[in-house]
Amino acid sequence: MSDMSAAFSAALSLILGVDAGLAEIVLLSLRVSLTALVIAAGLGLPLGAALALFRFPGRGAVIVVVNSMMGLPPVVVGLVVYLILSRSGPLGVLGLLFSPAAMIFAQVVLIVPIVTALTRQTIEDLWREYHEQLRSLGVRPAGAIGTLLWDGRFSLITALLAGFGRASAEVGAVMIVGGNIDHVTRVMTTTIALEVSKGDLPLALGLGIVLMLLSIAINAGATLLRRVAARHGEALA
Amino acid sequence: MSPFPPILPLAVDGLGFAAGGRPLLADIDFALEAGPATFILGPNGAGKSLLLRLCHGLLAPTAGTVRWTGAGAAHAALRQAMVFQRPVMLRRSVIANVEYALSLRKLPRRQRAELAQDVLQRTGLWPLAGAPARVLSGGEQQRLALARAWATRPQVLFLDEPTSSLDPAATRAIEDIIRAIETSGTKIVMTSHDLGQARRLAGEVLFLHRGRLLEQASASAFFAMPQTTEARAFLAGELLW
Repeated sequence: MSDMSAAFSAALSLILGVDAGLAEIVLLSLRVSLTALVIAAGLGLPLGAALALFRFPGRGAVIVVVNSMMGLPPVVVGLVVYLILSRSGPLGVLGLLFSPAAMIFAQVVLIVPIVTALTRQTIEDLWREYHEQLRSLGVRPAGAIGTLLWDGRFSLITALLAGFGRASAEVGAVMIVGGNIDHVTRVMTTTIALEVSKGDLPLALGLGIVLMLLSIAINAGATLLRRVAARHGEALA
Repeated sequence: MSPFPPILPLAVDGLGFAAGGRPLLADIDFALEAGPATFILGPNGAGKSLLLRLCHGLLAPTAGTVRWTGAGAAHAALRQAMVFQRPVMLRRSVIANVEYALSLRKLPRRQRAELAQDVLQRTGLWPLAGAPARVLSGGEQQRLALARAWATRPQVLFLDEPTSSLDPAATRAIEDIIRAIETSGTKIVMTSHDLGQARRLAGEVLFLHRGRLLEQASASAFFAMPQTTEARAFLAGELLW
């Protein structure tokens, strides 16, 4: 019991003292996950909008696949990205394996389906409400994408937060493709896994607390957004 | 008045529309000319809203044709507007809703702002310009829908039961705006189940019953002396189906 409280107070002093080792790991985590989020948004928002607006053969199947990919097991994603980036893999020449870039790649694969699926749902609901009015104003479906992304902004930001939450909390994929190399690819989740097995509880606990705070901040942000949207009458019905 | 060549008259020939094998409109022939407001009247399910959507081009007919035959017909889509029974408000401010419609007409930004301010003042919404459109009351939202349509200076404005869910005061405000839009040179084409409203605003009546056009007449002639038993029964307030 005293071990636990000692570890806990050590963890707090690491956080409050802005320990260099802890800060390095937190910053790398944020850099990797935020970069992955930006790339995933760039891919998932237009992809989801296109999936919502355009009718083509096999659309239903694509939607089912994208929806089910929201729950991809991270270790499987890690394995697949590992195979792609390994020396004998199709992108092996880039030499990205065991680098932050590889971790970004894996997290993008993990969250693009989330962003795409949630965007598709949001934009489809909006389009159902708007399409007669927009067509009356002379907007074609392709021209409506910008309008719909803007008018769905509150729901879409929530979708992006969900993607960021998944990326930053995930451990299996970045462990496999990043390799958990000290000072290079060690992020919060992988460090926690490693330090616990080594018995270094303060660092693990400290990082755990930071991760929890991050998760709370993300959810608080999402709640706040919903409030603002409701006050403006702009939440989706 | 619109500075562009007129898109009217609208020629509707042999128009029919079927959905799921069920004919909803059949053998509709008429022409819409510039002039006083045309009301499409008839009991529920007669096909009034459907006819409006076909004329506006939101739906494609399954039989017959809808053609703008005026000199400006090539740009007909940009010179007409529609206001729906339930106003569709974009998730933006009141003025942004109007400016959005103007931006689609490729107007310069300054002119957009001026036109938007002008229609918002005329519709009494200027004090609410910065408010989110979706927190407005039902009557205010419908006024904004009219302002948004008006801002684009349409030559023809289609209105689908614009006052059906509004109280008398809000209805009056909407009717005043419709009159003002008409006075500014826009042809009004509207459906309504409110006969009092039709008597107040209509110059011409198209009477629909069960997907067929039974009468086209001036409003005064239609209300004084309807030609068909269905129209007589409709005006007498009998239940038609």
